[in-house]
Amino acid sequence: MMFVPGNNPGMMQDAFIYGPDSIMLDLEDSVKMSEKDAARLLVYNALKSIDYGDTEMVVRINPLSSPYGKKDVEAVVKAGVDVIRMPKTETADEVRELEAEIEKVETRLGCLGRTQIMAAIESAEGICNAFEIAKASKRMMGIALGAEDYTANLKTQRTPEGTELLFARQTIIVAARAAGIDAFDTVYSNLDDMDTFRKEVELIHTLGFDGKSIINPRQIQIVNEVFAPTAKAIEKARKIIAGIKEAEAKGSGVISVNGKMVDRPVVLRAQRVMELAIASGILTKEEAYE
Amino acid sequence: MSSIKEREAQVRAAAAKMGKGTYVEGEPKNGTFRKDLQKESSKIVTLEEAIRRSGLKDGMTISFHHHFRGGDKVVNMVVAKLAEMGFRNLTVAASSLSDVHAPLIEHIKNGVVTKLITSGLRGELANEISHGLMEEPVVFRSHGGRGSAIANGDLHIDVAFLGASSCDPAGNACGYSRSENAKSICGSLGYALPDAQYADKVVILTDDLVDYPNTPNSISERNVDYVVVVDSVGDSSKISSGAIRDTKNPRDILLAQTAAKVIINSGYFKEGFSIQTGSGGASLAAVKYIRESMIEKGIHASYALGGITAHMVKMHEEGLIERLIDVQSFDKVAAESLRKNPFHKEVSANEYASADEPGSAVHYLDMVILSALEVDVNFNVNVLVGSDGIIRGAIGGHPDTAADSALSIIVCPLLRGRIPCVVDEVTTLITPGSTVDVVVTEYGIAVNPRRPEIAERLKAAGLKVVDIHCLKDMALKAIGNPDPLPFGDKVVGVVMNRDGSVQDVIMNIVD
Repeated sequence: MMFVPGNNPGMMQDAFIYGPDSIMLDLEDSVKMSEKDAARLLVYNALKSIDYGDTEMVVRINPLSSPYGKKDVEAVVKAGVDVIRMPKTETADEVRELEAEIEKVETRLGCLGRTQIMAAIESAEGICNAFEIAKASKRMMGIALGAEDYTANLKTQRTPEGTELLFARQTIIVAARAAGIDAFDTVYSNLDDMDTFRKEVELIHTLGFDGKSIINPRQIQIVNEVFAPTAKAIEKARKIIAGIKEAEAKGSGVISVNGKMVDRPVVLRAQRVMELAIASGILTKEEAYE
Repeated sequence: MSSIKEREAQVRAAAAKMGKGTYVEGEPKNGTFRKDLQKESSKIVTLEEAIRRSGLKDGMTISFHHHFRGGDKVVNMVVAKLAEMGFRNLTVAASSLSDVHAPLIEHIKNGVVTKLITSGLRGELANEISHGLMEEPVVFRSHGGRGSAIANGDLHIDVAFLGASSCDPAGNACGYSRSENAKSICGSLGYALPDAQYADKVVILTDDLVDYPNTPNSISERNVDYVVVVDSVGDSSKISSGAIRDTKNPRDILLAQTAAKVIINSGYFKEGFSIQTGSGGASLAAVKYIRESMIEKGIHASYALGGITAHMVKMHEEGLIERLIDVQSFDKVAAESLRKNPFHKEVSANEYASADEPGSAVHYLDMVILSALEVDVNFNVNVLVGSDGIIRGAIGGHPDTAADSALSIIVCPLLRGRIPCVVDEVTTLITPGSTVDVVVTEYGIAVNPRRPEIAERLKAAGLKVVDIHCLKDMALKAIGNPDPLPFGDKVVGVVMNRDGSVQDVIMNIVD
């Protein structure tokens, strides 16, 4: 997920050409007070007029408690955004409040249920409520860590090793998995240190995150490389999926590959490998499911 | 009949029969120590003296090279001297002109210079000319086209004024120097070599007079009439950049990666291939990715051609590129390599890109990566005139390499800010679409329908191949239809094809 300031038309115009899985146009921290209205208008028009193709479009709105939040919701829902990212989420009630705002607009437009929600957790309280937040609405598609505010709240700072974030990261993963939604890691902002960035991506990949937030197209390749499944894993996954199809065709409940019985977690993992292979650009959709 | 004296009559008879004279003993030998003799070289004169002795007259053609790029001092110095001496109505035939040559505007207004022949124009001079400064249109030729025109007499040069980084008293000149006094290093003098060979008179201007012999030389003393020592021929900080700086611009990186993928999957990326790339950010970065793939697959290039860059030198020194053929050294590393690497060869514009020189290196070129200001739906390319109708570039070797290579690849962003770069029709036709094979943009790759096999190979490799009309539509959708340009009815430039025919004209712009 690539962050793009909502007040920079040049960057918004073609952010998708670098092939991020999703683009988050930001109305919050990267836009100064005096430009909030202009940025909202820009983001609205970008969503309406630019063909972002398959890229999932996310907009980070201002908090609903601010003078801009509700206007942001109205504009981006009208523009047909895929996901609204709520910043600084601390409680499940906040998610429900956002849901109500979205529903108001969607009802008026006659497209009820179109917009999904991602909640960014950026405080100790938010981490404590992570699971509640994750399952606060059927619109919830993911939760994300916002590390800068979180570390400030903890009275610490970020380190290259990320020790200070370990608890938050694991809490978010567990909460997301328990709620059946995705988990997204925070940004890494030193563009001159790609080695540390790679280590961080490796760490969060191991922890189980579904994706990483990035601030520059140059970071995409590293994320894709780390998340890319190996050729061996893809081959194995392909066999398992073929096995499922075969079993389904036979009407058999039991799947076996190479004589071994395959149970549900293995199937899920195989499907995930194929999805990652597509997302990393190793396989096209056609190749993955041929 | 045994003595020389006794055979005199027979010698005379033999000479008469052969239509020759008989030998007469000459002046006594000069026994001066040869190093001292050099100091008495009659070729070393002042600039004014060189001009006077050259026989230059009003209305004649003088020529220059552009190897000192933005740091060049030679053109302005010589033309100022000619103005001071009262010359009028001169034609300036430079291999290219740039921002630094704005002082020519005054000389044009004053009638000292009435005609320009060049590969490109930039800056204030270009702007004034686009607005109709000159009565005679500027004649634009590619580097190969210029070489051909000089060789076949289409472009006759009366006096060539050629800057050199080093020169000896006999006139052996180079674009680099082995002395400690080296001031202005440019590397290859390839674009000056046709002038040196074909001009009626050749004046070398240098800021580093070295002892004879300045070998291996670029320009040979046999082609040089006068040597003028000046304080400085160029501002070295503007002649070439130093260390390699890889681009961090994500768009350039994306374009470079895509161009590299096109090359690697083109069918021409195999042992012994040859390649030329430009000096732009995307082009330089593409070389980096090609290098990685060459190492991975164990492939070597037989030669790299053209503007040689530090990246190419590195790959040569690593053994990935066997030979470097250098008409112009793009940076200091390349200039230094020309001095020290025996398989880094300097060539003239004719040996580089002339259409009618059978041995020119472009004929053997597999792939070239080129840039563009605009590409149109017929794959025509413009590298000379901006989308505002103002001249702001140079033809360079663009049409030469596109025409003669097995595969020409144009790398060009779809949009530059609010300027669409894939358009219905280019503002000025520089490189005909029939010679352009692939256009790489950040939104997709277009392959000329004349090359279906290339499109198939790229598609098979999973690359995003799109119709060039789709690219144009995307650009228009993002930006809207630009207003037509306010062209007047005066021809300010004539674009020559490399074969010597007239290909297009540039009209004046009315504000």
